[in-house]
Amino acid sequence: MSLVDITGLSVSFGAGPVLHNVDFAIDPGEIVTIVGPNGSGKSTLLKTVIGAQRGTTGQITRKPGLRIGYVPQKLHIDPTLPLTVKRFLSLPVRVSATEAEAALEQAGVGHLLNRQMNGLSGGQFQRVLLARALLCKPDLLILDEATQGLDQPGSAAFYRQIEQVRQDMGCAVLMVSHELHVVMAASDRVICLNGHVCCAGKPEQVASAPAYRALFGTGTKGALALYRHEHSHSHDHDHPHSHMEAHAE
Amino acid sequence: MSLFDSFLMRAAFAGLGVALAAAPLGCFVVWRRMAYFGDATAHAAILGVALALALEMSVFGGVVLVALLMAFIVSNLSGRGYAMDTLLGVLAHSALALGLVAVSFLQGVRLDLGAYLFGDILAVSRTDLLVIWGASAAIVAGLVWRWSALLTATLSPELAYAAGIDPKREQMVLTLALALVVAVAIKVVGVLLIGAMLVIPAATARVFAATPERMAVGAVLVAAVSALGGLKASYDFDTPAGPTIVSVAAVLFLLATVIGVFRRSRAA
Repeated sequence: MSLVDITGLSVSFGAGPVLHNVDFAIDPGEIVTIVGPNGSGKSTLLKTVIGAQRGTTGQITRKPGLRIGYVPQKLHIDPTLPLTVKRFLSLPVRVSATEAEAALEQAGVGHLLNRQMNGLSGGQFQRVLLARALLCKPDLLILDEATQGLDQPGSAAFYRQIEQVRQDMGCAVLMVSHELHVVMAASDRVICLNGHVCCAGKPEQVASAPAYRALFGTGTKGALALYRHEHSHSHDHDHPHSHMEAHAE
Repeated sequence: MSLFDSFLMRAAFAGLGVALAAAPLGCFVVWRRMAYFGDATAHAAILGVALALALEMSVFGGVVLVALLMAFIVSNLSGRGYAMDTLLGVLAHSALALGLVAVSFLQGVRLDLGAYLFGDILAVSRTDLLVIWGASAAIVAGLVWRWSALLTATLSPELAYAAGIDPKREQMVLTLALALVVAVAIKVVGVLLIGAMLVIPAATARVFAATPERMAVGAVLVAAVSALGGLKASYDFDTPAGPTIVSVAAVLFLLATVIGVFRRSRAA
């Protein structure tokens, strides 16, 4: 059974439909990436999956007891709210210091437990968000443009971490990204969205599909190959966090 | 029951009761940037007083009712064309003005308006004390019960949804608690200064807190010291009690801020 199964979903905000007649499903252990131009309804689809947005029409079935780990696009923490990393990881379910440390370790930032959330660099912050999402032992990990504000090596390292997490925990991953070339190489399946599903399938299939090229041109194909090349050699990315800190600070 | 025979003792316990509930709730008001929302709810309370007197029902009930009504009007109007602060500015002051006008229509009721605008803590009765502590206990219990969910919803509605928490329900809990605090704090500081009892202790505690829980506990301490210190000062200098309590809180805030700036400049 699919973790989440959506059929015939339409969502409208006043001006007209944002999503129109979208079918979507994700199976256990799969990595699915949603790509699409600005305003194509990517975030709306994710919000519908987590239950923060209701569809105008359509049906959503979630596996009973489905645990979702959600990494938002951005999280603004009001400066009046004091919050250590340790406390943040215990929201909403309290976890022990050992569990918290293990999750940070898994997300590649083992040493941050007692820091204030607002004192972290962009890369550290995103990894702490990831650690929190992992703590609920999710069946489905959802990332909404989780690498915004990271440079290219930083986000490549972040997505490699995601692949590692999938291997370790066996969870399905659903993500939205602008960085097509980086993300697509790590995905089992890509869905190209523009209000409706333009095309879907394996990354290579989507990248060469006419509908995809009409939206994004052909330029990203070269970048995809470049990324693969880097990936297979995996030079200079053995220490993704120190690498990222250097960039973020 | 000799303890509560003295009006000063009753006043002290009334102040502590309000401090206990208003301070942790005030933390959420600060974190969620709802300060003006708290003001609007409090200002609407005077309309509740007029209504209660006209209908010969309890002032507490009237205030809770109107405060809740105000909160729901604000929640439903937000995001419909006006910025939140504009909307609250219109509603808060309109409610206050309407309330004052409504009070003037009441025939045959001799109403000490000043007591509702600035509080009348020295006139707290045993019954008032029971109501204050009953409502405060309910608010604190509610906050403790929903604490994690409230914090998660405060951080981000999406994080809450993903964890199976309905942020709208948590917002409702806060709204209800706010209406109750307004109703009990009227007697102590009055509608014009309730906002101060929500925001100032929380803002003062922020300087020294590393976690939300410590900030809430710190806010309770600051509010309690303000209430007792304010009463003492008002007794010594023969000043109005409500404004003196808020003034003491303001002094504590100033001290904390100066210490905070000093510590940061030394750390840097």
